[in-house]
Amino acid sequence: MNYILGAFKPACHISITFSDGKSRKQVPLKKENGQTVMVPLFQSQENISGKISIEPVSGKKVEHNGIKVELLGQIEMYFDRNNFYDFTSLVRELDVPGEIYERKTYPFEFSTVEMPYETYNGVNVRLRYILKVTISRGYAGSIVEYQDFVVRNYGPPPSINNSIKMEVGIEDCLHIEFEYNKSKYHLKDVIIGKIYFLLVRIKIKNMDLEIRRRESTGSGANTHVETETLAKFELMDGAPVRGESIPIRLFLSPYELTPTYRNINNKFSVKYYLNLVLVDEEDRRYFKQQEITMFRLGETS
Amino acid sequence: MMIADGIEDEEKWLAEGIAGIQHNAFYLHRAVDSNNLREALKYSAQLLSELRTSRLSPHKYYELYMRAFDELRRLEMFFKDEERHGCSVLDLYELVQHAGNVLPRLYLLCTVGSVYIKSKEAPAKDVLKDLVEMCRSVQHPIRGLFLRSYLAQISRDKLPDIGSEYEGDGDTVMDAVDFVLQNFTEMNKLWVRMQHQGPIRVKEKLDKERSELRDLVGKNLHVLSQIEGVDLEIYKDTVLPRVLEQVVNCKDELAQHYLMDCIIQVFPDEYHLQTLETLLGAFPQLQPAVDIKTVLSQLMDRLSNYAASSAEVLPEFLQVEAFAKLSNAIGKVIEAQVEMPVVGAISLYVSLLTFALRVHSDRLDYVDQVLGACVKKLSGSPKLEDNKATKQVVALLTAPLEKYNDIDTALTLSNYPHVMDHLDAGTNKIMAMVLIQSIMKYNTCVSTAEKVDVLFELIKGLIKDIDGTLADELDEEDFKEEQNSVARLVHMLYNDDPEEMLQIICTVRKHIMAGGPKRLPFTVPPLVFSALKLVRRLQGLDGEVAGEEVPATPRKIFQLLNQIIEALSNVPSPELALRLYLQCAEAANDCDLEPVAYEFFTQAFVLYEEEVADSKAQVTSIHLIIGTLQRMNAFGVENRDTLTHKATGYSAKLLKKPDQCRAVYACSHLFWVDDQDGIKDGERFKLIFRHNWT
Repeated sequence: MNYILGAFKPACHISITFSDGKSRKQVPLKKENGQTVMVPLFQSQENISGKISIEPVSGKKVEHNGIKVELLGQIEMYFDRNNFYDFTSLVRELDVPGEIYERKTYPFEFSTVEMPYETYNGVNVRLRYILKVTISRGYAGSIVEYQDFVVRNYGPPPSINNSIKMEVGIEDCLHIEFEYNKSKYHLKDVIIGKIYFLLVRIKIKNMDLEIRRRESTGSGANTHVETETLAKFELMDGAPVRGESIPIRLFLSPYELTPTYRNINNKFSVKYYLNLVLVDEEDRRYFKQQEITMFRLGETS
Repeated sequence: MMIADGIEDEEKWLAEGIAGIQHNAFYLHRAVDSNNLREALKYSAQLLSELRTSRLSPHKYYELYMRAFDELRRLEMFFKDEERHGCSVLDLYELVQHAGNVLPRLYLLCTVGSVYIKSKEAPAKDVLKDLVEMCRSVQHPIRGLFLRSYLAQISRDKLPDIGSEYEGDGDTVMDAVDFVLQNFTEMNKLWVRMQHQGPIRVKEKLDKERSELRDLVGKNLHVLSQIEGVDLEIYKDTVLPRVLEQVVNCKDELAQHYLMDCIIQVFPDEYHLQTLETLLGAFPQLQPAVDIKTVLSQLMDRLSNYAASSAEVLPEFLQVEAFAKLSNAIGKVIEAQVEMPVVGAISLYVSLLTFALRVHSDRLDYVDQVLGACVKKLSGSPKLEDNKATKQVVALLTAPLEKYNDIDTALTLSNYPHVMDHLDAGTNKIMAMVLIQSIMKYNTCVSTAEKVDVLFELIKGLIKDIDGTLADELDEEDFKEEQNSVARLVHMLYNDDPEEMLQIICTVRKHIMAGGPKRLPFTVPPLVFSALKLVRRLQGLDGEVAGEEVPATPRKIFQLLNQIIEALSNVPSPELALRLYLQCAEAANDCDLEPVAYEFFTQAFVLYEEEVADSKAQVTSIHLIIGTLQRMNAFGVENRDTLTHKATGYSAKLLKKPDQCRAVYACSHLFWVDDQDGIKDGERFKLIFRHNWT
């Protein structure tokens, strides 16, 4: 696709292909216009290499002041539209100023690219990785082509992963002890635990476990927090009595979760919480929120 | 707070629920037909969501549940066929757990669980354990009950029982038992909890609703009884204690009654016999409102039938001391339940007595023991006024009579009279009648003076006025019937040995003499005739009776008779006494005892002279005297003359002329007896007639 600045018709086709395009895993990516495309998946420290082909349209030669390809890692804040902050910027010069009469293919390679942050499409912020090919032209305007790719970073299971066990309550009304088997979960994990009722003096209708994502962007006075409930999983139907123990088994795979992002480039954070909600007969809600850490488990480990 | 607004609303909601199920079933079937697992899961979850309703009573909820159940059966077949949907059963087990709402999730999980067990990819016990644990998430009583009922249904044929295809390693039977017991325990908790949930309803309605669901809970016990591997050992050590624990701890009278009943019905009688102590130990711990006597009666009934089924079984009863245990248990229950009305306690004793009579009919000591316990209870309570209680006591007393057709046995029960003492006067008499009827029915004869004494003590309500009662209160017909019964009874008292017979007569006399003027006219005659029968018997015997201290002789008996008949003079009943004297005179005549006969005639004349005032009665009496005198042949001339003269004299003095004539010419027979040794005194004969024509 061509971004044309100042001209009406595309002067040339630019195509970007990856050298391992056939074998590399592709994942869906939702673009700004709502369309979903499949793009290659990379991890940090991988080599990103391929070919860029430039073909003039309808035989007309293209004069240029230089061709380059950039690998950019960008964070875009939605409330600060079109303010892109590039946290990573690598460039490869492909060609010196000249002319292109016919299709020309340039190989490129970025080696062992540091991409510590994952691709993220949030409510108020987006982090993306792109390859940007620029054909510089003076008055005619540069010709630019983008290729998105996705970065996901896998890791080993954490060395320490304590369970969460806590007793909470409201004096004389409700005392429960909840237990989640871990504090850190991978994206395809299962939350296993139980809720034990120590004291029940209210009439409970049911109990849910919610997974909530809290995205906070900006800092100081400019902080925006967006909370989204990604899952509402019913744990219990009906009123328990003292001494009952209700099992929890919540599979995380059906939900669109990402790893926990803490202070990405000082720009945003994405955290996850388990919110235990009890609802009584009069629809009053009693809840206890608990943060959990999400991580992406390496497929090989 | 909404109170269910009538049946109409419920019908409407039920119809809506059914429509919802049908609607989703349509799409479910379509998904299944096209092997679309994802869609099948979606529509089945939606379908099952109809079961999340709170609006239906158990009865209506059941209808909805059955529709869902049918759909789940078809779904299970689809799940089983991996080739169609391409998902392994293990993955499927996880997949259904993604459902957001817990109730549909668990129904689906149980359904997949069934397939999982059948596939044998995991031990049955592991899957069952997971399912029964996960079901804890549904704490709503009705919804939880039906869910667990579903679990029970689909797991029934998949228990890791010995000999089943799902038999596992290790203690496989215990795994099966643990699963069923756990499901049972949770179901019972939910069932009990039903009354505390939902809008406040009238107790009757609530109890009715709960009763409708009781079989869901009881079914588990039935399943336990069907597990092959559950032998007496396991039943005794695990099953019974744990079931009883739940029964006692739930503290709910409806549940306790039903479940105790269930236990008794569902497990074999030989198990009950061998665990009698444990089983009975639960009873005192039950809620006071539980109708224990019905349950205990059931138990004793079953055990009685068991005893009757085969003779080989009886030693077992003795070995486990069944009677003693039952007796103790009943005692403990009565002790523990201070509020229990007397009728309840007596009913329990009636059941125990029935048991003793059926199983240990040879053990009279058991029977007497029960009566004794009853006496103790009655002694500790105020006088019986309760009709029901009285009926129970009568039942208690009647049972041994009916069992042992022989009154003798009842008479040996030392506590029998003590029980009778606790009846009010009216019922006491009824019971006495029952006793007599029993004797008459079975044609038993009471053969010793001792027994007669006991018997007459028992029926003393008929024999005499008990303190405080007013004889006039009684209906005349009833009174007559009573006394006639006593009269008939007298004839059933008999012994071949004259000595003993005499003792019997003396005993009877002793008792009836206290009867008072109203009774004697009924009771004296049969005694007199009984004594006369003895006389006639002795007549046939030789005079020698060797070795007896004071032998029974006719003379002695006539002495006794004189005294007996004399009692009638206090009544007064002169005509009756007169007849009886004449009978005795006749008997004395046949024994050749002239002075005795003479004495009787003298007595008769005295009565005639002093007591018989009514003219008609005089006529009858004089004719009787004449008739009897005519048959006498023991008298010497002098005695006969005197008596004849008297008779003639009285005849002439009758009030009406025609009567005089008839009597006098009746007397003429006295002078002319048409047999060999008869007197034929023509002169006197003529004199009489001459006298009459003037």
